[in-house]
Amino acid sequence: MKQQKPTLKLWFKSGDPWVWLNAAAVALSIIAVIGLLSLLAVKGLSHFWPKPIMQATYELQAGQPQIIVGEHVETAKVSAQQLIDAGFNVDPNQRLHERSLIKVGNRDVFGSDFAWFIDDYLKGIEYPKDLVNLERREWGNFYGEITGLKENGQVVSNTDATPDQLYEDFTKRLDRALSLYDQIHHIEKKAIGSINHKMERLRLKERKLELHPPAADELVKEKQLISDKRAVLDKEYQGLQTELNALYDAVKRDSITAKVSNGQEIEINLSHIVKATQPNKMNFFTKIGAYFHSLWEFLTGDPREANTEGGIYPAIFGTVIMVILMSVMVTPFGVVAAVYLREYAPQGAITRVIRIAVNNLAGVPSIVYGVFGLGFFVYFIGQNVDQVLFEEALPSPTFGTPGLLWASLTLALLTLPVVIVATEEGLARIPRAVREGSLALGATKAETIWRIVLPMASPSMMTGLILAVARAAGEVAPLMLVGVVKLAPSLPVDGNFPYFHLDQKFMHLGFHIYDVGFQSPNVEAARPLVYATAFLLVVVIAVLNIAAVMIRNRLREKYKALEH
Amino acid sequence: MTNETQPSMINALNPNNANSRIEDDNVSIEVDNLKLYYGDKQALNGINLSIPEKKVTAFIGPSGCGKSTLLRCFNRMNDLVDTCRIEGEILMGGENIYDKSVDVASLRRKVGMVFQKPNPFPKSIYENVAYGLRIQGIKSRRVIDQVVEESLRGAALWDEVKDRLNDSALGMSGGQQQRLVIARTIAVKPEVLLLDEPASALDPISTLKIEELIDQLKDQFTIVIVTHNMQQAARVSDRTAFMYMGNLVEYGETNTLFTNPKEKQTEDYITGRYG
Repeated sequence: MKQQKPTLKLWFKSGDPWVWLNAAAVALSIIAVIGLLSLLAVKGLSHFWPKPIMQATYELQAGQPQIIVGEHVETAKVSAQQLIDAGFNVDPNQRLHERSLIKVGNRDVFGSDFAWFIDDYLKGIEYPKDLVNLERREWGNFYGEITGLKENGQVVSNTDATPDQLYEDFTKRLDRALSLYDQIHHIEKKAIGSINHKMERLRLKERKLELHPPAADELVKEKQLISDKRAVLDKEYQGLQTELNALYDAVKRDSITAKVSNGQEIEINLSHIVKATQPNKMNFFTKIGAYFHSLWEFLTGDPREANTEGGIYPAIFGTVIMVILMSVMVTPFGVVAAVYLREYAPQGAITRVIRIAVNNLAGVPSIVYGVFGLGFFVYFIGQNVDQVLFEEALPSPTFGTPGLLWASLTLALLTLPVVIVATEEGLARIPRAVREGSLALGATKAETIWRIVLPMASPSMMTGLILAVARAAGEVAPLMLVGVVKLAPSLPVDGNFPYFHLDQKFMHLGFHIYDVGFQSPNVEAARPLVYATAFLLVVVIAVLNIAAVMIRNRLREKYKALEH
Repeated sequence: MTNETQPSMINALNPNNANSRIEDDNVSIEVDNLKLYYGDKQALNGINLSIPEKKVTAFIGPSGCGKSTLLRCFNRMNDLVDTCRIEGEILMGGENIYDKSVDVASLRRKVGMVFQKPNPFPKSIYENVAYGLRIQGIKSRRVIDQVVEESLRGAALWDEVKDRLNDSALGMSGGQQQRLVIARTIAVKPEVLLLDEPASALDPISTLKIEELIDQLKDQFTIVIVTHNMQQAARVSDRTAFMYMGNLVEYGETNTLFTNPKEKQTEDYITGRYG
């Protein structure tokens, strides 16, 4: 046999180029996904790592040194010409100069948390051990030195105490303040919140009696009952208020005096401090501990300072609860529709048109669903529901305003086509032989569908649900119209009757990213949170999906197609 | 053309069709001039046939001759085909099963069917057999246990599966699955068992088991079996009907039909000249 020369033509004929092309496409996709996730993870998660506090002298003009204290954020290159144009005296022969962004904190003193400094003038960079980082409930972080302790306005610290002793004394007092603050928070949110809730229900009940008065003696009796209950609640409230006032006084007892980098002394009340650290004293392991502590606070805490500080727990909770509600609504609806389309409807032109229409619904832009949800669910259905069921609360709307229920319903509508299509495909794949087997035993068509066909099609329904969850959890635009808000005062599920507050507005991770990233007054502070929140959103969607995939795999195993 | 006694016969291929009626046995199913159309195409051209009670009747014939179609008329499985239209009558117990007043589900309970490929449900072995009872609304655990055991014994499967009744039926071998389907069918206590090429997807040993089972079951049930395999028909059946192109060509005692066929077509087929 004649040996053929390896030519390009032969190589193409062998099919190798196709294999390479396909492999390259897959590799590219994988790199893109991994790149995306690692960018989010690195940028977002590194934010919680405790950074050292630097101290340096910044001498822009000779003889006027300025001391700077803060966390180094990033360094960027800037052209000499640009700096000269801005009035800085830099070496024009060096084309590029470096400048650093430093988080100087102390917004109450400097007016802004972040500032740029040209590296050429930064001198004597060091990391003194005694610098503290105080996270505060307002005005952002404090960076500086603690100089003294006060109790009820009187200085209690020794003048000759070492900084270490001072800090130790301070942390003890801070722990006390924090635990008092927790108590205050608990009373305000739980106890007083519950009383307010009950009061509101009493008010609505009274209003209802006014709108539809029963017989005269009945009315008197009911009113008496209400005012009795109200008196009890009032008394309870008074008690809590006294307790609360005492706690407020106690929590405000201690304060510290502290020195800012420019030498100014300020006084900070301990009730305003959330957390204190001395990052320059930390070793690697204490930093790891601090890292996970910060991460945990981020995951479980409430947001502070226009969402640029604190945690995002309400947003995680809102996202998950909305997706679950949406799943509960869309699955039965989609399955029933698919069963009719596939099993009962005559397979003619009309069914085909309906099927095409359903498929096309999946292509409607999501904001259109938002508009529909607002116009139909909120304004039409919601307001009518209010007229009929919540008359006593009018004119303030109950369901006639955007809320969790309408947001879930809107997303259920948005994802309905996916569930219908997936279920229909599943139904079409059930072997005819199995259906006939059931019918031949005397089962009716309905019994066959319920007992044999639907269980066997359940993995396909789960596939539909997985796609629906993936789409719904990431959707933001329609939610802005039908129920998501920047900051919700309470979670939609709590201890107050009826426990599930479907009428409440809620927070959502996707919207949180938009809000923090684009609506924030403090862009520099918000940026790492945008990455961290985006990463978390991906993680939440992945977790929801993995849960659904696991359920589907179990169902598949159970109902795996007959293999002949 | 000489058969004056049966003017309703339009079977041009088989004018002498007197043997499609039987006198010596109790009749279970009586087919009277049955015509079946799929859309415009006629698949059965006026079939007349009596099926004896508690005997095995086999339908043989080349592919597409209409033997499966005829079988599926007996439990109205053809109703599932949208374009299917039927003329003529099928009488069971003196009643036309195509009458409007007949409840199809209860007819199918009386006329059970086993298909060409084993089609167990994706449930446990126990639940497969119990399915027919559960549909009838029987809830008593005791009754169901008893029927499941009886039926599995009846299908010669009990000894093989009694220790794993709760395992999935899909894990069984093809032959076991087919016997499970038979057990499932006899669990609802039908009068007639329709077997549509029940062994065609099985290996020889499983086939043998099914044939032995048919032999045991014919004491209790009227059995109608469709088969491609002439030896199988000869082995298991008491009567055989040979069909060709939608016509019933010859029908009679199996021994007679195989050793001394009246029709030339039958002879050609059983000697392997076509089909």
